[in-house]
Amino acid sequence: MGERGKNEDMKSRRTSVEPMQTDKPDPDKPETHDSMGRPMSPHKPEARLGREVQARIGQQLRALYDEFVNQGVPQHINDLVRRLSEQD
Amino acid sequence: MKLDPKIRDQVLGTVPSLRAFAISLCGNIDRADDLVQETLLRALSHIDSFEPGTNMPAWLFTILRNLFRSEYRKRRREVEDADGHYAETLKSHPEQTGRVEFEEFRTALAKLPTDQREALILVGASGFSYEDAAAICGCAVGTIKSRVNRARTRLAHLLAIDSVDDFGPDRATRAVLAGGRN
Repeated sequence: MGERGKNEDMKSRRTSVEPMQTDKPDPDKPETHDSMGRPMSPHKPEARLGREVQARIGQQLRALYDEFVNQGVPQHINDLVRRLSEQD
Repeated sequence: MKLDPKIRDQVLGTVPSLRAFAISLCGNIDRADDLVQETLLRALSHIDSFEPGTNMPAWLFTILRNLFRSEYRKRRREVEDADGHYAETLKSHPEQTGRVEFEEFRTALAKLPTDQREALILVGASGFSYEDAAAICGCAVGTIKSRVNRARTRLAHLLAIDSVDDFGPDRATRAVLAGGRN
């Protein structure tokens, strides 16, 4: 992960003037190698994700998010909105 | 001019979710609160560019997302491994970012590339449609769908879930599954 991050960073700096002529992988293409650089199976990985697995991931994500929502908003942030709303 | 109380209430009503989005994105409560404050300052000083009757949450999320991205680009120049840095931030402040039971999931979420993470959160947690998420991120609907799919696939790998049975509390079993993956 660290190595790859560094490489991408260097590439993007090197090719920043001509962004179209880069050998940088298309970020929206499915990856062919996993995070350890090992080739992944040739068929589309998302095709293997069952509905149950997706549901569990969705559940965990929402639980985490709701935890943040339920923390409540710091008073100074709501005060800021009210103050700015009253300004002439 | 004074703000229409209806608009003000729409803003106030969006703040909790906006803040949850910010924390999920950047993994640090203090930074998230700064982002939210900056977003609200910009939004309210440009409230004329908001069309009443349109989607207030989408408008505020767009501003926050763009602020986060420009800050992220700045930090990326300063910190070599921005994603690794993010993961470390999360690890060192677990008490700030949620309960222990979420730790494994949070760590996995932190390992996603930023564009996948934001797409997944917008669609899977903030409750935006693919179309709204695409507008917020300034990309095509198909791109959002692809990022969400890849984010889910990546998370499933990171969490070593092959079936719902693997998603139990048995960490040792999951570690073996993860280690035995080709």
